[in-house]
Amino acid sequence: MTKRGQKFGKVLFASMLLTLTVALGGCAGDKTAGDSTQIADTSATNSSEANTATNTETNASSEEMNETDEANETTDDASHITIGIPQDLDSLVPSLSQGAGTQEILYNIYEGLYKPDSEGNLVPAVASDYTMSEDGLVYTFTLRDGIQFHNGNPVTVADVKYSIETCAGLNGGEPVISAFSNIVSVETPDDNTVIITLKESSSPFMAILSTVEAAIVPADVSDLQTNPIGTGPYKFVSRSLQENVVLERFDGYWGEPAHIKDITLKVLADSDSIVMNLEGGAVDLVARVSTAQAAELGDDFEVLEGTMNLVQAVYLNNAVAPFDNEKVRQALCYAVNKQEILDFVSEGKGTPVGSSMFPAFGKYYVEELNDLYTTDIEKAKALLTEAGYSDGFSFTMKVPSNYQQHVDTAQVVAEQLKQIGVTANIELIEWETWLSDVYQGRDFEATLVGVDASTLTAGAMLSRFRSDAHNNFVNYNNQEYDAAYKEALAAEAVMDDDKATEAYKKCETILAETAANVYIQDMCELVAVRKGYTGYTFYPLYIQDFSKLDVQ
Amino acid sequence: MKRKRRYTPNFKIGLVITGAMLLLILIGFIHTPYDITKMDSAAKLAAPSLKHLMGCDNFGRDIFSRVLKGMGNTFVIAAATVSIGTVCGAIVGAFTGYFGGWLDEVLMRINDVVFAFPSILLALVFVSLFGTGKYNVIGALGIAFIPSFARIVRGEFIKYREMDYVESARLAGVPELRIIFVHILPNAMPVLLSSIMIGFNNAVLAEAGMSYLGIGVQPPSASLGSMLSESQTYLFSAPWYALFPGLMIILMVLGLSLLADRGR
Repeated sequence: MTKRGQKFGKVLFASMLLTLTVALGGCAGDKTAGDSTQIADTSATNSSEANTATNTETNASSEEMNETDEANETTDDASHITIGIPQDLDSLVPSLSQGAGTQEILYNIYEGLYKPDSEGNLVPAVASDYTMSEDGLVYTFTLRDGIQFHNGNPVTVADVKYSIETCAGLNGGEPVISAFSNIVSVETPDDNTVIITLKESSSPFMAILSTVEAAIVPADVSDLQTNPIGTGPYKFVSRSLQENVVLERFDGYWGEPAHIKDITLKVLADSDSIVMNLEGGAVDLVARVSTAQAAELGDDFEVLEGTMNLVQAVYLNNAVAPFDNEKVRQALCYAVNKQEILDFVSEGKGTPVGSSMFPAFGKYYVEELNDLYTTDIEKAKALLTEAGYSDGFSFTMKVPSNYQQHVDTAQVVAEQLKQIGVTANIELIEWETWLSDVYQGRDFEATLVGVDASTLTAGAMLSRFRSDAHNNFVNYNNQEYDAAYKEALAAEAVMDDDKATEAYKKCETILAETAANVYIQDMCELVAVRKGYTGYTFYPLYIQDFSKLDVQ
Repeated sequence: MKRKRRYTPNFKIGLVITGAMLLLILIGFIHTPYDITKMDSAAKLAAPSLKHLMGCDNFGRDIFSRVLKGMGNTFVIAAATVSIGTVCGAIVGAFTGYFGGWLDEVLMRINDVVFAFPSILLALVFVSLFGTGKYNVIGALGIAFIPSFARIVRGEFIKYREMDYVESARLAGVPELRIIFVHILPNAMPVLLSSIMIGFNNAVLAEAGMSYLGIGVQPPSASLGSMLSESQTYLFSAPWYALFPGLMIILMVLGLSLLADRGR
């Protein structure tokens, strides 16, 4: 992008607006919020399908809202920041929250007994410590001394019992967190001890207990939706539907206090308005901007780069021809050039992956698998010929239309596949249609999306590929894989972590070697921050931690 | 019957613009300078130059080639849409206008219901039922266009059905279908033609709108609307990306509007 181009652009901007107005009268406002809502929507996780809840609601009030905050904006106030979020919060009650985009915000207001830190480790929060029995069935938590809720009341074991039981469905009703149906009882023998007993041992239990859904809330506050009270570093002040949410630092926080006093979360449902809002000073920070948006930003901004923590791939329906043939799938892997995709779609940013696992998983991630299929057109053609498709074939690739980055990637992939005579017809579909037809109905040949994880347990990425998994939307069916996964579960049940890790790695390797899907990348995540604000921290999970932000 | 035509300057301008557009569309069908899906990482968002007359998009694809093809797609969709609208609308309008009575009541009320919906909204409903894609968009917009044509033709038929020459034909025992299509319809043609022109304009805009919403022409293929949609992220860094498809929409619509004016 040149300076000249920029100037040219501004001169022409008015005429372009005219063009758009003339051409698209009446429908421009309907465009769904795009790139920045990306992952919240793609969180096709296994622990709760509710997590896949969408953000695709269009926001009728986005225009009005762009005008509201600018007047009283005080960006130079040392203790205030306005953060743009791609959609309004779907609920202020942690156990009822669905969208990943909601939970990442609630992380600042609520805490569980434990919570994930920026390394993905679980650290004590409402509890100060815990012990686990030998058989992995009984967890004993010690309540943190002097911890209090935002309303000033101390957190009691009764609150903990109430919160966990609600999530486990022990107070009547269905378990809110399906994995918590494993909980038999929650007992409080004294004023600072909570004992949770499980039906069967489960190594991801602590990770699930640490999600914001399992947050500790006061038992005596009946309506959290209007009066959200938690223990987190920020407390809720006010909310204006589809417009903003205001938070304030909680001075009675037990841990390291947050730096910035006031936070306004401004809903920017129209992704096209992000650059305008940043440049105009209406917001100071927006997470997950696209590379194109980042390129449009001026010198006032810093663009931080992290990863989105998901696996973007061409997911193939392993049950339909020709993708039921391993050689065909491998041929596609050899034909797709990951680096070229990154260059075209995101200026080379992003991390290529070779299996259903991304780097944030640390020990579970097998980096070598990235190089299993180095682009080799001749080999791909040979494999196709062996499989009986020497003249190539054509298939339909369904892509959710609200994710520009997936749509862009799909176009590059389609172009690359042409080299081996394979025609990929792109079909753009609505996110809701994707969920019902592709994810639940499994009615597709191939689809290009990103799949993420709700916890950093290997199962969150790998359990879906068991042949009988309810969320095995690609219909992957491999005896060897099932056996390896069982092995991992068995090792976890006896708390043999090394063995479990080995087994999980074997699972990943099988996925890569049998080319279950055409794996592409863990996409880059760009965060636009106004210069002067520091401390933005990337998490390996879907979390925005505001307490670490600071002003210089 | 020969009528002396006076060509206004507006009509001539319209003729030139439309002719040029049709020529470009024709060229697009036969040959484009570059393969419209060919990506070139070296030419990402390249500015217009002799090599790439209209510059390149974010994949380094030649915008000129894509505009040529896109115009073709837009034109085909608009033409097919208007054809559906005209043919169905003319039939509905002819029968209701000629016969009147309960047929008129029933069909025109249905017509009113369809007419009451904004065409884009109707098309969106259609697309959400039958899926996205070029042909579904044609079908959707086509249906949405029927009512306006039906009304216009009906009005003409009501006007003509009481005329003496129609009465005479009826008395002479001419079959009613023949009266409708051979005797009356040609008389309704001038009005119909100018509404076809206007309808075509609306169809171009509607297609652009549909593709802009991502439910028209599917990538990597192009239409003017889808190109406009894709280009908006790059308004500042690569304004030519949005400029040329937008300009082409304006020219297409302008040319036909000027032509349609003559018919009034």
